[in-house]
Order: sequence, then C-alpha cells, then structure tokens
Amino acid sequence: MKTLFALFLSFAKVGVMTFGGGYAMIPILEREIVEDKGWAESEELMDYYAVGQCTPGIIAVNVATFIGRKLAGIPGGIAATLGMIFPSLVIICAIAGVLSNFSDLPAVKSAFAGIRVCVCVLIFNAVVKLWKNAVPDKGALLICLFVFILSVFLDISPIIFVVVCACAGILLTRLGVRGK
Amino acid sequence: MIFLKLYWEFFKTGLFAVGGGMATLPFLYSMSEKTGWFSAAQLADMIAVAESTPGPIGVNMATYVGFTTAGLPGALIATLGLATPCVVIILIIASVLDAFRKNKYVDAAFYGLRPCSVGLIAAAGMLVVKISLFNFELFSETSRFADFFNFKAIALAIVLIICTRYVKALKKLHPIVFIAASAFVGILFAF
Repeated sequence: MKTLFALFLSFAKVGVMTFGGGYAMIPILEREIVEDKGWAESEELMDYYAVGQCTPGIIAVNVATFIGRKLAGIPGGIAATLGMIFPSLVIICAIAGVLSNFSDLPAVKSAFAGIRVCVCVLIFNAVVKLWKNAVPDKGALLICLFVFILSVFLDISPIIFVVVCACAGILLTRLGVRGK
Repeated sequence: MIFLKLYWEFFKTGLFAVGGGMATLPFLYSMSEKTGWFSAAQLADMIAVAESTPGPIGVNMATYVGFTTAGLPGALIATLGLATPCVVIILIIASVLDAFRKNKYVDAAFYGLRPCSVGLIAAAGMLVVKISLFNFELFSETSRFADFFNFKAIALAIVLIICTRYVKALKKLHPIVFIAASAFVGILFAF
C-alpha cells in the first residue's frame, strides 16, 4: 500500500512539472524515478519510451504503467497511471470551469481567435517534427499523402486509417518496398 | 447514457491513437462531428489550454472534452476511458517486452502507422486552419474574394512560423509563450 501511494505521489509530481507531455517529460522522469527514487535505470527508461511510442495510447501513461508494474505489479501500474492523470484532472477542470464563465466576453473571444492562429502553427510544427522520423522513404511518403488527402476530403474514421496503414506497413515491408 | 458513451469514445481514442499527444486530435475531430458534444472552434481552444497547462497533452484534452460534455464526472470518465487501453496494453506487453521489441511484424506495422499518424494530424490541423485563417461563412454571404481571407490572422500565422522555426533566440521558447503572445495580439487587434 505504501509503495502504491509513493508511486501515485511521484507520478503526480511528474505530471505537475511536465508541460507538453511526451518528450518534455524525460528529464523530469529521470530526476524523479532514476536519480531520486532509484526505481529504474536510465536505459530502462529509454526502453520504456521506445515501447511507449510503439504502442497505441498516451506515451506518458504508457511509461507510468511500465514503471508502476515493475515496482508493484498490476496495482502498481494502475496507481502510477492514476498519479499521472490526477494533476491534469484538477488543473483542467479548474480552468475549464473558469473559462466557461468568461467565454462570452468580447475580449476573451478575440484572445481565443488569436490563440487559434497559434494553434495552427503549433500543429504545423508538430507535423514537421514528426515527419522527420515517420517518413524515411517513398513508401511512407505515399502512405502519409494517401491518409492526408482522404482524411481531408472524406468522412472516414481515423480508426480505419490506423488499421489499414498497419497492414500496409507489413505488406510494403514484405514486398521489399521499404527503404527505397 | 452519456457517461458510457464518453468512456467508449475515449477508450477507442486511447486504443488507436499512435504517436503521442497530438495523435488524439484526429479522433477528437471525428468525435465532434459525430456526437456534436463540442465544436471545432472549441476543440482548437482546448488544444491551446492543453498545451499551456502541466500534464500530458492527450490526457489534458480528454479531461477538457469530458468536462465540457458532462462536467466533473465527465472529465473523470473520459480520462479513465483514454487511459484504460494504454494500461491494459502495456501490462500485457511488459511481460513479453523483448519479444515485442524485436518482432518484425510489429516493426513493419509501425513503418505504416507512423506516416499514417502524421497524415491524420496534418488533416486535423487543416480544420483548425479553416476556422482560424479563412472566413468561409462571410465569403458565402458576400461572395467577395477578399472576404475569404482573414488577413490579420494570416499575418500573425506568418510571424509565428518565422518566430517558432527560424529565429534562434525564440524557437527554443515554450509554446505557452507564443500562445500568450497570440492572445494578446488577438485582443489588441480585435481578431
């Protein structure tokens, strides 16, 4: 029980201190999990990250589950995950509650119209950053363009794209198209 | 039953979103179109808040959407829905970690999944571009070509792209700085 609570607290701490999740979390996790608590080695953490990226879902939650499980089995995995999501729940609900009261003010509307422009640029930058790792050759380029165009013009669930592209990845690799 | 539906929608998102925070975005857009729980503009605002607050972006988005849809219990249920498949999948994989990492089918599937995720995020980004840089409604009313473009917004976008990508002193700054600056510009120039 003590370990579970310690896991919850540690990951809540990591959650509060991380802006942006994913990779922004690595240095903070290193300090808390590897240096302070000694719960995992640095290389282990990198392995968890690599697998966390190669599995569906939120990378931060995936890593939390890995470390929690290593320390205290399935309950540990759950405790670490709950710790990870706890700060988000509190902070976002507080902000959402406040914002919904002010969202009709003209100044707030203008502010969010400006912010939306910034969101476009942030998404654009995220796409450029992901592109470098995700599109190494012509086959991947084809998949990316195919998904982008169909998704812009047709109303297809992202789930279908994900399933089809996983199969396409296996097929292209088997056919030897990969890497060309 | 709204809570059950919320849980299920976010469970699916957690199960199929590959590649980190922004990867949940296409799923949330498809959710907004399908359920009408929130609008595309609201979703763009949620991205801004999720980026500017602590915690993983995907989790923040789920909490915000859940809260908007069904208050505090909604926030809790949406977030748990998102986290459930992650936890289950990792608990299974952790016991066969090495086999999973070295499996050639897993590797090949991800060769296809990574560009898919980029394409989906880019397409979702186009929806934000559509509502923030262009005036589709105004254009359909007036049919004047100049009304189609939101010039103030496009100018801000160009400045932001230059600042976040090309100006050395600025591009390392946290996104929250640019979000705050954009809010300020939005108020100052009455966007």
